[in-house]
Amino acid sequence: MKFGVVRFPGSCDDVDALQAALRVGDAVMLWHAERGLHGVDAVIVPGGFSYGDYLRAGAIARFAPVMEAVSEFAREGGLVLGICNGFQVLCEAGMLPGALLPNPSLRFVFRQVSLEVVHADSPFTRACEPGQRLSIPVKHTAGRFYAPDDQLDALEASGQVLLRYTPGHNPNGSLREIAGVCNEERNVFGLMPHPEHAVDPLGGSVDGLRVFESMRAHADDRVLA
Amino acid sequence: MTASSPSRHRRLGLTDDEYDRILERLGRAPGDVELAMLSLMWSEHCAYKHSRKLLRRLPTAGAHVLMGPGENAGAVDVGSGLALAFKVESHNHPSAVEPFQGAATGVGGILRDVFAVGARPIAVLDSLRFGEPGASERSRWLLERAVAGIGHYGNSVGVPTVGGEIYFEPSYEQNCLVNAMCLGLAPRERLIRSAAAGPGNVLVLLGALTGRDGIGGASVLASAELGEGDEAKRPSVQIGDPFAEKKLLECCLELLERDLLVSLQDLGAAGLTSAASEMASKGGVGLDVDVARVPLREPGMEPFEVMVSESQERMLCVLAPERLPEVLEVCARWETLATPIGRVTDGERLRVLAGERVVGELPVSVLVDDCPLYDLSPTAPKDGLYGAPDRVLSGVESDGEVLLALLRSVNLASRRRVFEQYDPIVQSRTIRRPDEADAAVLTLPDGSALAVSIDGNGRRVACEPRRGAAEAVFECAANLACVGAEPLGLTNCLNFGNPEKAHVAWQLTEAVEGLAGACEALGVPVVGGNVSLYNEGPGGPILPTPVVGMVGRLSDAARAGRLGFARAGDAVALVGPFTGSRVGSELAKLSGEAPAGSLPALPARAVAEAHRAVREGVRAGWFRSAHDISEGGFAVAVAECCVAGGVGARVAVPDEVSLFGEAPGRGFIVSGDEAALAGHQIIGRVGGDRLVIDGRLEVAVSELRSARENGLDEALSARC
Repeated sequence: MKFGVVRFPGSCDDVDALQAALRVGDAVMLWHAERGLHGVDAVIVPGGFSYGDYLRAGAIARFAPVMEAVSEFAREGGLVLGICNGFQVLCEAGMLPGALLPNPSLRFVFRQVSLEVVHADSPFTRACEPGQRLSIPVKHTAGRFYAPDDQLDALEASGQVLLRYTPGHNPNGSLREIAGVCNEERNVFGLMPHPEHAVDPLGGSVDGLRVFESMRAHADDRVLA
Repeated sequence: MTASSPSRHRRLGLTDDEYDRILERLGRAPGDVELAMLSLMWSEHCAYKHSRKLLRRLPTAGAHVLMGPGENAGAVDVGSGLALAFKVESHNHPSAVEPFQGAATGVGGILRDVFAVGARPIAVLDSLRFGEPGASERSRWLLERAVAGIGHYGNSVGVPTVGGEIYFEPSYEQNCLVNAMCLGLAPRERLIRSAAAGPGNVLVLLGALTGRDGIGGASVLASAELGEGDEAKRPSVQIGDPFAEKKLLECCLELLERDLLVSLQDLGAAGLTSAASEMASKGGVGLDVDVARVPLREPGMEPFEVMVSESQERMLCVLAPERLPEVLEVCARWETLATPIGRVTDGERLRVLAGERVVGELPVSVLVDDCPLYDLSPTAPKDGLYGAPDRVLSGVESDGEVLLALLRSVNLASRRRVFEQYDPIVQSRTIRRPDEADAAVLTLPDGSALAVSIDGNGRRVACEPRRGAAEAVFECAANLACVGAEPLGLTNCLNFGNPEKAHVAWQLTEAVEGLAGACEALGVPVVGGNVSLYNEGPGGPILPTPVVGMVGRLSDAARAGRLGFARAGDAVALVGPFTGSRVGSELAKLSGEAPAGSLPALPARAVAEAHRAVREGVRAGWFRSAHDISEGGFAVAVAECCVAGGVGARVAVPDEVSLFGEAPGRGFIVSGDEAALAGHQIIGRVGGDRLVIDGRLEVAVSELRSARENGLDEALSARC
């Protein structure tokens, strides 16, 4: 199992994502200006401030050469995980539904939050139980998940909402407490919380490892199949 | 070269005597470009002319020291082949004029200081001072914007903000303080110095375009008192671009990793002038700088403007000519501009060229070494310098009410509102975040960990500068002890008023003496720092505020201590020679008492022994919690242990200990199995959902938490 972590200028949690992925498999960096994915089994678009994010978060990164390859990879069924800025990039690229608006406070917020696993039947949550609580930190300025009502209904009906903030833990006014959604095909997943920052027992919670373990298990199954 | 008109030197901040000295040293009148450069290099900010002699008093040697004062940042050995570089620096005056950019570029500047020595910045801490937020809309604005600026820069660059401190006092109303500290890690052999070397080598400017921002920042802003019309100085404040910094940082670290550079220096105060002078001076060489080759943000800039611009996100490096193509390739990959702008020369002169034309030529020694150093004329003031604060407590409150008032007070209330705006965990090293322990703790690859704390209570220094400054050192060391860390070194930022005034000179002299004594007593060397003088407005000087940042190491990250009570049934003990006094305390402030009087004794040997006992108790796992007794005294310390642990306690206050008296750095509240606390003074037990101090007070933990959590919000939502 080889993860590839995209590195844009301005990525901040790229090394963190690489280290987290290395806990469950192999991992390499993917440079933003190159189109090759070096035969990885899954792509992580990490957190940070790609290209400074002085425009709208993720709006420039979606045009990076590497994103063409990531998009193609996803169309062929490859696993793509977008964390925080990565989630914003995937939404901007149209690979995930909805949009991430500025927090109502208009401030950056860092907080350890509690999440509920809504569906455990995805490649990103299969190592969890439905209804399981995960303690994972958030840190962002634009994390308010938004989509029109009918689209939200559809997302819920089709089981694409994989993670919600538990009551009282929504840090950013996300509609319907949505913390993470996947695409219809369930191979592209974005979330605002940072699972790569909940993997070290010395730092407290290791609940974020479940996401990486899920991806690993999915990849292993594909190899066996 | 045109000769400068004689009155011009005064507008640039040079005295007549200083100008005469320049004439004498040069044997001629300086040209315009030269005078602009000299006025900055001879400013207080760059030359430390009122503090350099005093600073010689600070001990700088130690077994772990790899680089001491004089480099961009100091560095200590943290084992396993790694060096830890660190430094604290002020950005007070820019922040008082424009808090968002002032604070943001303060962070940017200290980050560059650290990666200029080849270390990857791994943590930032901030020490902030403002006027009373409840009484002043300006103070609320300064706080909110400075915090937003720090977050904007630190978060975007991907360096965690792991700790800090904030105090609110009336004397900071006009002149807020924004001190930022940065820590960086490097393989020991990759530390690089700033000395230029090798005549014929190329001088390359890296990073942002040079513009007209920050012209005169060091002389106009940082070396004179604030006053009316400061809005007009806003153009002297630089504008930060954290994205440019992030690329510059990664670029420089890659250049060093590939061993392509001879030396590296950041551009801070006085821009190219200072960077080039320092590099030449340290290397004993000369430099030619061609301003016509410097990429500009706007056309038509004068040579002197190019030489003194403080545009951010720039570095200067020296490299062998044959390395240039590879350097340019790395810079292109990181989308970082790299421009050869000059070369290293024989002889010790800094020549400024504008194409073919020589527009300035000065001996490096005149720029760097010849500024006069002044002796201070310290005189202890007869009366207190600072007025009495507004009275909050009437004196008839119960002990429980006083405790809640202290927890709610702006100096003691939770800083959650602030630290939630910072990313404390990026880079995946942080294992103790704000509110979890008395010091931040960051893991190292070998299973050990670093700890860091920053502290400085101006009110106590105002009472008694020598002992108050010493307390800041002991307080930091106490914070480190609570996580199990042993101090390795410290950095300090001396924030004071106008040193030409006798009473400020006295505060400064005494405080340095106090710092030096404390460092000697604890065996902690000073590896670098910064001095910020002229912090005064129309209302007088700020409280004398030496800020101390201390780093330490613990051998086993898994044993890092926490401050909160951990388990019901654990015994609680008081460790250390703590009694506490009302002088300079938060209780005195809330009671409307001016900061004055003698601070309690500081028995250095007994205190150091207490630090050792706590450190060893934490390291051995005997203490499940450890917290030092600082602002608010005994009762507040126990209450903080309850709130952090989400559990109550019942304790007795020993006869000699005053409930709210303060004596920072000397005493600790620890908890653990009763057997593990043997030999310490056991005062009670953890348990229940209330804090009971026998015969004195009984308050629900939820009430303590609510007071502490909401105190700052309440003050900031006040409307006058």
